[in-house]
Amino acid sequence: MRMLSDIPIAFLMIAAVTLVSAVCAMSLRNLVHCGLCLVLTFVGLAATYLHLSAEFVGFAQVLVYVGAVAILIVFTILLTRNAEVTLSPVSQSSLVGLGIAIAVCGSLVLPLVTSPSLRRLPAQSLAPDAQVQRIGEKLMAQYVIPLEALALVLTAAMIGAVVIAMRDDPERNDPSPSPQNQKDTGSVSNSPAGTALNSSSSTSSSQRP
Amino acid sequence: MTPLHYYLIFAALLFSVGLAGALMRRNAILVLIGIELMLNAANLNFIAFWRYSPTANELVGLMFVLFSIGIAAAEAAVGLAIIISIYRHHRSTQLQHVDRLKG
Repeated sequence: MRMLSDIPIAFLMIAAVTLVSAVCAMSLRNLVHCGLCLVLTFVGLAATYLHLSAEFVGFAQVLVYVGAVAILIVFTILLTRNAEVTLSPVSQSSLVGLGIAIAVCGSLVLPLVTSPSLRRLPAQSLAPDAQVQRIGEKLMAQYVIPLEALALVLTAAMIGAVVIAMRDDPERNDPSPSPQNQKDTGSVSNSPAGTALNSSSSTSSSQRP
Repeated sequence: MTPLHYYLIFAALLFSVGLAGALMRRNAILVLIGIELMLNAANLNFIAFWRYSPTANELVGLMFVLFSIGIAAAEAAVGLAIIISIYRHHRSTQLQHVDRLKG
């Protein structure tokens, strides 16, 4: 039986807040509330990283997720604002999804709870030397090729996101298209985006070497 | 110090919440949020195993999480751009309305 002082209160509080906000982010009706709960989940995860003495990753989590991804999600929610339709009743496929999630949860948690090998690990360990200077040296020496590849991926993703979300032709965008009309705008307005994507990828690939 | 399996159970629960949301919700943005939660749970596992490993000074798990955060940012940007494009064509982000490719 554990002593009361052995219970990690800070971890349990962080984990409880993070899990509750994650459940709220996945279950609330209002999408803006979902986005704000998602921010709380990311902050809780950053606190968990700090608790695990991974300071740089914690602050990177705050910068990237709270600062960029959550804002992007909230902006998308606001841009697609009138898409909030009435909630559909609980369908059979969503019950199947819940069953799958519960099965996955059980198959992940049950071995962790029953395994005796994890309790043999030393509970006390010194904090590893993860200063920002060492991380930078590792990134610039040992991991420089993955770093460059990640830079390429981010550049391609940025260009791709702009090209995909770009309004291709404003006068062809009528708000309530008939099915035939919608088919036309779909096929016609798809082609400039496709050619733009092709041309940009071909120019970038030809410029790169 | 907190035992390792506390973190693993926490990550497993977070992964399950994200999976349930991605499978159950009908809104494309919420499905993307669920995928982000699952990615974060995997990152938490990496950090926890890195912290408790005997060769933690090699910073392997830390580096993996840094690259994973970068990939996740790219994925979120492209995914949200696709959602905006879908919304422009269909005036909806509900996934059951986007079934043109369904056989």
